[in-house]
Amino acid sequence: MKSKAISFPYVGWMGLFVIAPILIITVYAFTSATGGFTLANFQDMAQYASAFGRSFLLAAVATVVCVLIGYPMAYYLARETGWLHRMATMLIMLPMWMNFLLRTYSWKFLLERNGLINAFFDLFGLGPFQMIDTQGAIVLGMIYNFLPYMVLPIFSVIEKIDPKVIEAAQDLGANSVTVFRRVIFPLSLPGVLSGITMVFIPSVSTFAISRLLGGSKTLLLGNLIDMQFLGGAYNPHLGSAISLVMMVIVMVCMALMNHFGDGEQGVTL
Amino acid sequence: MKKNGILSRLFMALCFLFLYAPILVLVVFSFNASKSKAVWAGFSLKWYAELFQNEMILNALWLTLAVSALAAIISTVLGTAAAIGFRNMKHRSRSVCMTINNIPLTNADIITGVSMMLLFLFGISAVNGLFGFKWRMGFATLLIAHITFDVPNVILSVMPKLRQLDPNIYEAAQDLGDHGFHAFRKVILPEIMPGVVNGLIIAFTLSIDDFVISYFTAGSQTQTLSMVIYSMAKKRVSPEINALSTLMFVAVVALMVLVNLRQTRQERLAKRQREKLTAQ
Repeated sequence: MKSKAISFPYVGWMGLFVIAPILIITVYAFTSATGGFTLANFQDMAQYASAFGRSFLLAAVATVVCVLIGYPMAYYLARETGWLHRMATMLIMLPMWMNFLLRTYSWKFLLERNGLINAFFDLFGLGPFQMIDTQGAIVLGMIYNFLPYMVLPIFSVIEKIDPKVIEAAQDLGANSVTVFRRVIFPLSLPGVLSGITMVFIPSVSTFAISRLLGGSKTLLLGNLIDMQFLGGAYNPHLGSAISLVMMVIVMVCMALMNHFGDGEQGVTL
Repeated sequence: MKKNGILSRLFMALCFLFLYAPILVLVVFSFNASKSKAVWAGFSLKWYAELFQNEMILNALWLTLAVSALAAIISTVLGTAAAIGFRNMKHRSRSVCMTINNIPLTNADIITGVSMMLLFLFGISAVNGLFGFKWRMGFATLLIAHITFDVPNVILSVMPKLRQLDPNIYEAAQDLGDHGFHAFRKVILPEIMPGVVNGLIIAFTLSIDDFVISYFTAGSQTQTLSMVIYSMAKKRVSPEINALSTLMFVAVVALMVLVNLRQTRQERLAKRQREKLTAQ
């Protein structure tokens, strides 16, 4: 098993279908429709500054809420001992087996003006509330779709913590709060970081969730890019420029986060 | 660690309710007699019957299954080979390869999608211009795109198994006169098999569920199930789709339960054998 030649087909594949597309998108971003070098695409983006801000803000809110819900959920699941612990991974992953567009679409009915949630409020004489076609609905859609990506890595990290480490801390006189703060939480940080990456990136770039739950009013980065490539505002050069800027900002954010998080990046699904 | 109290149990129950409520709504309304999503008009299997008449949905289903199965198999072979090759590289070139391999994993789907779309448009127009073909984006480009995002996941799933592998066993097989592919098949493959199977399942799942990358790389003539659902969801999803996803969901749950039962039975058998051995 000393041969590395066996990986050459995939190395060639990566060159053609991973590296080349990124080079092409970079070239497109810096050229005009006639083919000359230009920075106009980046100047044109200024009019979409609000979409940039909105995308990053909504994705950040969704990510924070996912941490706040996902961490305790993963922690409690890891503490369970019976069937719930054994089935935890499966129970979290199962919803992902139903098409994500359909699950998102299903929220539309729950949130609608005459939907189930408003019908529930109506029992108490409240509402109806306008929930669909708001930015809140988009954030809810992001949280709903990507929460499993937060819970799973945290769960698997907490689960792997050696119980002896916790016992040792207890023997040395730490109470349960101290054990959590000084032992469990620091050890679970790599899981949190990879969860943040896995929630933030799809949230900031989504176009389906905002299209289905946000109506046509709220434009996110994903919708902008979609419009430039397959929509009415066909302009792949501008679309490439937006994609490139988004990619760079996300990469910088993630690099910063991993830098402060000790550079641990070993956890994936 | 302490046991969970009633409050933390309640919290978990609420979380699972949040995750499962929309699915429940979908399943319940797939049995609704009327087309409405808000009003319950009685139990009916009408949508299940109509599902098997709806050619557009069925075509999209076959296409999705075909592309996912093909992509999963090809990327499992490609990815397993690549993972083994990467292990044999020098540290530097291995880390370069792994970094490139991680690009499709960390990049946003939409960027992978649009950048591959540009490559395909560029490549196809070049080939068409040179040879006078009339190629366009379709099944082939869709398959290439799926393989491209499946392989990195296969590699991630096979790599840990290769790391656990005892480097001496392959040499032992060679010392005993076994060479090349045969030694690989008899010695290495059984050891890393759990990782390979896991990679295959992950690849298949990702392909079936993918929407964004397919949307940009399938062209205008080819439609996967997700794309059909998306184009419907902008207006109104027909309840046949609810019926189809209920069927798919039930199939997956049944499969999971089966796998789980087999696993627990095997574990029990192994435990009994161990007890027998220690008793002797």
